[in-house]
Amino acid sequence: MMMVRINLSALRQTRWHEYAIRFGLGGVMTVTAGVIASVFGPVVGGLFLAFPSIFPASATMIEKHVRERKEKAGLQGARRGKEVAALDATGAVLGSYGLAAFAIMIWALIEKAQLWAFAFASVAWIVVSALAWFARRKLRAHARLHV
Amino acid sequence: MLEYVLRFLIGGFVVSAFAVLGDILRPKSFAGLFGAAPSIALATLLITLLQMGAGYVALEARSMIIGAVALGVYSWTVCVLLKKFMLPSLAATIAACAVWFAVAFGIFRLAGLR
Repeated sequence: MMMVRINLSALRQTRWHEYAIRFGLGGVMTVTAGVIASVFGPVVGGLFLAFPSIFPASATMIEKHVRERKEKAGLQGARRGKEVAALDATGAVLGSYGLAAFAIMIWALIEKAQLWAFAFASVAWIVVSALAWFARRKLRAHARLHV
Repeated sequence: MLEYVLRFLIGGFVVSAFAVLGDILRPKSFAGLFGAAPSIALATLLITLLQMGAGYVALEARSMIIGAVALGVYSWTVCVLLKKFMLPSLAATIAACAVWFAVAFGIFRLAGLR
C-alpha cells in the first residue's frame, strides 16, 4: 500500500521565480481579502478567504514540471502533466472538507477562546483533510477488488 | 499602508510555506490537500482578530464555510476539465473560477446572509 512520503528532490525542480510568483500571489490575495472585507464588510469578505488564488499557478507549475521530466526521458509528457495536475485538484476537493471544518471551528470558538480557536481549527483542518483522503483511498481499493 | 505591507508579507510567507509542503509530499493526491490549506485565511483572520476583534472574525469565518464549499466544487470542476476535456492547467483553473463565483454567491444569496 502506497503511504504518504516526503520527496525533497522536488524542491530542486521549482525555480526561484516560481517561488516568487507564489509568494507574490499569496501576498496580493491576502491584501485583496482585507480590502474586500473593508469595502463590502466581513460577510462578503469571508467568502474570499477560500478563493483559489494560487491554484492556477500551482497547477500550471505541476503540469509543466511533469511534462519537462517526461520529455527529458524522451517520452510524451503533455497528457501525464494534465493527469498529475488533476490528481492535485482531486486532493484539493478533499482538502476543501478540511477547510470547511477550519472555518466552522473558528466560527464556533473564536468568541469563546481566541487563540485556542486557531489551534483547534488548524487541527480540524489537517485531521478532516487526511481522513477524507484515507477514506477515498480505502473506497477506491475496495471498488477495485469488487469489480 | 504599513498594514497592507504586513498583510502582503505574512500572506506571501504562509501561502509559500503551504505550497512548499504541497511540493514535497507524495502521492500527489495527498499533496493536493495543501491546495485547499487555510493559508490566506490564517494570515487574514489573525491580523483581523488583532484589529477588529473576535465578532468580526466570526462573521468572516461563517462566510468562509460557503467559500470552502465553492472551493470543493471548483476543484472538482478543474479535475473534470483536465481529465475529460484535456484543457491546459492554466485555462482549466481560470475557467473554473466562474464556478467558484457562481457557487459562492449562489449559496450566499440562498442563505440570505448579510
